[in-house]
Amino acid sequence: MIELYDIHKSFEGKPVLKGVSLKIAQGETLVILGRSGCGKSVTLKIILRLLKQDQGRIAIDGEDTTDYREEQMLPLRKKIGMLFQGAALFDSMNVKENVAYPLREHLKLSEEEIAQKVAQALSFVELSGSEQLMPSELSGGMKKRVALARAIVLEPRYMFYDEPTTGLDPLTSRKINELINKLKDEYKVGSIVVTHEIANAFMVADRFEVIKDGEILFSGTSNELKGSKLKFVQDFIKGGTIENASQ
Amino acid sequence: MKDYLINTAASTMEALYRFFAFHWEVAKRLVRPPYYPKLIWEQMDRVGVDSLPIVVLTSFFTGFVLAFQIGYALMRFGAKLYVGGIVSVSLVRELGPVLISLVFAGRVGAGITAELGSMQVSEQIDAMRALATDPIRKLVLTRFLAAVIMLPMLVVVGDLIGILGGMLVSVMNLGLTANFYRTSVVNSLVFNDLISGFIKPLVFGAMVSIVACYFGLNARGGTKGVGDAVTRTVVVSSVLVFLLDAFITKMLFLVGM
Repeated sequence: MIELYDIHKSFEGKPVLKGVSLKIAQGETLVILGRSGCGKSVTLKIILRLLKQDQGRIAIDGEDTTDYREEQMLPLRKKIGMLFQGAALFDSMNVKENVAYPLREHLKLSEEEIAQKVAQALSFVELSGSEQLMPSELSGGMKKRVALARAIVLEPRYMFYDEPTTGLDPLTSRKINELINKLKDEYKVGSIVVTHEIANAFMVADRFEVIKDGEILFSGTSNELKGSKLKFVQDFIKGGTIENASQ
Repeated sequence: MKDYLINTAASTMEALYRFFAFHWEVAKRLVRPPYYPKLIWEQMDRVGVDSLPIVVLTSFFTGFVLAFQIGYALMRFGAKLYVGGIVSVSLVRELGPVLISLVFAGRVGAGITAELGSMQVSEQIDAMRALATDPIRKLVLTRFLAAVIMLPMLVVVGDLIGILGGMLVSVMNLGLTANFYRTSVVNSLVFNDLISGFIKPLVFGAMVSIVACYFGLNARGGTKGVGDAVTRTVVVSSVLVFLLDAFITKMLFLVGM
């Protein structure tokens, strides 16, 4: 389980997170909804300690990582895969080398074993045969899928998705959502999905947390979200994306 | 006005603190593995071997022009015999290390900042950290070690080429023989000159790589931010080359070198 307690974070004096608490267990998908700039991506980065919170506690599988230094976080990060909003593929490496990167860093495998694991990961995301392509030759959806293959190749217990379908066409978005659900169903991965696209959120979520003005406004299941009387929540469900929700 | 000065001083102190804290992070990783030898080798090829053409050109024409200017000045005093000695000592002690390091800062430093800055703004550095690897060890330390190893070698090659350029002028325009020029070079250079000419590029290589990596990893704001970071690298590296050169020269003279 990953647990956040009372997380506060400001940038240049401007508060972004004001006391956010949440939990995610293995085998469930939590969707964090909110407007652009409300702190959704910051929450993911704080858990991974890519950013440091100003206040609050974090625990990963019972281990308090609140004050962990960078070198102490390295082993824990192997438990968590992250799909970045822009895919963040290493543009000097081809698809195979991108997916093989964590294998080469952390495991002592032969080239044949690496090639086999890369092929398995690419097959999972339905991109078999793309090993020699460079990131610049991939479409947006393909980049996301290669990045997903790279994130899962170490078989993490948790997955973080930062706007996984933003900027993608509906068919590709559906494919990404199917992969998110496949990871949960087949490998019992606990996932946090950060998005402002309500339709895609409903396709993957077991639970929702809605962030507004740095605080958790709503916490509950899909049905509870749909039945919520909160104007902000109702506005964005009707509007299709959280961007259309009123202040 | 008073608030402005206080704020400027505070932000300057904070920037200096972060800059020197970065030095400490690199230094900590120098003393224990892993070191990524394959990546260091690749970087040595990129920063060293690939810089040879521009170093050779710069050095040749530096020696060429230096011999001309010194030769014609010395001819007025009937002292052109000393051209070889003055060209070689000037190149080895000062002009070689400084000019080649400036070229290195412009070519290699800018390239490092552009590469790391692009990675930073496209979240590749965050991805590296999320994949449980240490970007300072993998990206910074490798470039630092490559620069410290290769810049002195580039300066040695550059000095030799520069001395050759001076020889060309001495033989073709100043009426000296190649043998005489060569003998005057060998007789003029002493061990302290070589030490001085080796210490400077060691320090400059370390400085240029650290500055370049620091500004690259702190680039913000997309392509404009990367461009600004590259400019800062070249300007700061160039200024530091001159500052450190003056400091090292003074120190070496104090210890009798």
